[in-house]
Amino acid sequence: MTIESKDRFFGSNVKLAVLGLGIMLALPVFISGCKTMEAVTNIGTSLGQSVGLLTESQADSISKSSKAVARSFEDFTPEQEYYIGRTVGAVIVNKYKPYNNKRVNAYINLLGQTLANASDMPETFNGYHFLILDSDEINALAAPGGLIFITRGMLRCCRDEDAVAAVLAHEIGHIQFKHGLQAIKKSRITSALIILGTEGAKTFGGEDLANLTSTFEGSISDITSTLVNNGYSRNFERQADVAAVTILKRVGYDPNGLVDMLKVMEKKLKPGGPDFAKTHPSPESRIADIQKHIGKYAKVHESKVRHKRFLAALGNN
Amino acid sequence: MIKFKTSLIIFLLISLNGFPVFAAGQKMMSIQVKKGEIRSTPSFLGNIVARLSYGDRVYVREEKGPWVRVGLPGNSHEGWIHTSVLTSKKIVFKSGAKNVQTSASSDELALAGKGFSKQVENEFKEKNPKINYAWIDRMEKFVVSEKQIKQFLKEGELSPEGGF
Repeated sequence: MTIESKDRFFGSNVKLAVLGLGIMLALPVFISGCKTMEAVTNIGTSLGQSVGLLTESQADSISKSSKAVARSFEDFTPEQEYYIGRTVGAVIVNKYKPYNNKRVNAYINLLGQTLANASDMPETFNGYHFLILDSDEINALAAPGGLIFITRGMLRCCRDEDAVAAVLAHEIGHIQFKHGLQAIKKSRITSALIILGTEGAKTFGGEDLANLTSTFEGSISDITSTLVNNGYSRNFERQADVAAVTILKRVGYDPNGLVDMLKVMEKKLKPGGPDFAKTHPSPESRIADIQKHIGKYAKVHESKVRHKRFLAALGNN
Repeated sequence: MIKFKTSLIIFLLISLNGFPVFAAGQKMMSIQVKKGEIRSTPSFLGNIVARLSYGDRVYVREEKGPWVRVGLPGNSHEGWIHTSVLTSKKIVFKSGAKNVQTSASSDELALAGKGFSKQVENEFKEKNPKINYAWIDRMEKFVVSEKQIKQFLKEGELSPEGGF
């Protein structure tokens, strides 16, 4: 091989390397240019400006509000989700009486936290916390941000720890998918974000605070009426059941625990009742959907020690 | 000439290899929850090596499933944190800060304590005095430690799989 040919060999490689570098540098620009809606608005408003149709401040307010409209429940920060959840929780514990039993609540929290760690959303602004409600209704509710409530009536549908785990994992599923926040009417989210958008970092004055508080009240009522009266869509319930199956498997519980619990629930639910009878798809149809993911029912074999601690905590419930 | 081209190739190869590492090393994210715990391994059962607060910034070093290996600015601590703790936004606390002209609808900034906040909750409480938050405050004090979880798993003969 002559020096000349070597030189040519190197030369073509240099070109290739430069081309490669060019592609690598261009790639992130290409990938990051995906915010179509905002980009279109920006182009539109700047066009309007350049031909003298809009003043600068008009153009600014258009792009600001379209930004807000393009947004949704996902734009609530975990901190805002937390404050929404606290008040939703407060409304729930004012409707139901909390079960004031430290030992049993401690068991539910230990089980619940273990499950939450295995979910796709293990961390929320102020973490997960669980509380038993002293009610015969068959119910379990999740407030945004990680406050989960379960009635004694629901616990009575659980014949082992795997079944209790299934109920809690289903509620964690609702939190993971932010189903609560999605119950807030879109118009409220838009108005909240517009108030924030116009006010920016300034401290809120009387009028804005009053407007924001009434939007907050409306949002709380959207969520609580969904939780207590209307129920989520069938699709949301299916999502929560699928999440529950995943969480149970990750921790080592048998997802058939969910099927067991639903079978007991089916026998106990009273048609027209104020609880799961009103807000959830029938246990039968949920079992059919769950079995698409876990296959045919197999009896749960809970270890003796696990069953013993379940009975110790909830045996007299 | 050959020497020059060879060194150019070496330079380009180093840049090509070095570029993504450099970019990843510089990526910063913020803690979006009250308390963020950095662990020795990518698992909730890993030991806590550092505790961070809302708004603290971390360098992103590596991602492994839902876990992110992060470095802390100003010291050599490194560890793993779950992705649900992190946001790419910068969290701004002080009102009237100069860089907060773009408001809460910005892609880069999130305003702490704004929107549905403590201030709004207090306003709501005033309007709805019958709604009692005492049990919610109590509930938030129910805290479970890693040690308790480890024991709970062991005693219950539960063996969690990956992702825990």
